[in-house]
Amino acid sequence: MTIYDVIFYLFAAVTVVSAFFTVTIRNIVQSAFFLMLTLFGAAGLYVLLGSDFVAIVQLVVYIGGIVIILLFGVMLTNKITSVDIKTGTMQLLPASIGVGLFAGFLIAVVTNTKWIQIDNPIPSTTLASLGNTLMNEYVIAFELLGIILLIALVGAASLARK
Amino acid sequence: MITIGLTHYLIISSILFSLGLFGIITRKNAIMVLMGVELILNAANINFIAFGKYNNYNHGQLYALFVIVLAAAEAAIALAIVLNIYKNFSTVNVDEIDTLKD
Repeated sequence: MTIYDVIFYLFAAVTVVSAFFTVTIRNIVQSAFFLMLTLFGAAGLYVLLGSDFVAIVQLVVYIGGIVIILLFGVMLTNKITSVDIKTGTMQLLPASIGVGLFAGFLIAVVTNTKWIQIDNPIPSTTLASLGNTLMNEYVIAFELLGIILLIALVGAASLARK
Repeated sequence: MITIGLTHYLIISSILFSLGLFGIITRKNAIMVLMGVELILNAANINFIAFGKYNNYNHGQLYALFVIVLAAAEAAIALAIVLNIYKNFSTVNVDEIDTLKD
């Protein structure tokens, strides 16, 4: 068992266990913090997959931005001072059965498919090639994403202002 | 001991996707539903990056970045909508907001 395997299982355990708590714990704030831990574990997996830049973006945008926005949402829509920041659940049993079956199906498909893959992928430098690809082949998508972010900014501001 | 390969990452992302789906189905609070969506987006990201790595094709990372940007935009818009719902209904539980229901 190499050190890579140990780190992989560590991050995988962090991701899966905290994702489980994210969707099962009743307190919304604790759930948001477990979501933060899940995203952190996923960032670790990205690093193991050799994509350091995406991992950093994940840390900055997800953990620094989206989780904080979600916490703001919790703060603005719940009574923090009373004990009313719990969330109810519904249809727990049918959802567990259905999602369990679905997860089993997905894992069976994933493990039984012969994926086309290279056994020993060469680790490559990420940032330079990413930048080149972004500015050459994906430049239209890049510009569109900028417009989408601007529209989302204006839309969110005007929606929340009313 | 088998070495860590593509399948391991795909299994992790399958589990993450299923847990996110479970959260979306069972949670009443709209913000918790959003957290489920974030889990599903992360599962997709892990898939993109894993397939990219094991095929020596780094466009997967680029798609993961696009997904992250869209997730940020989605979270901002969704939170604004949730705030408006709270203003109008004084609740964010998705099962109580049934004005359109017959």
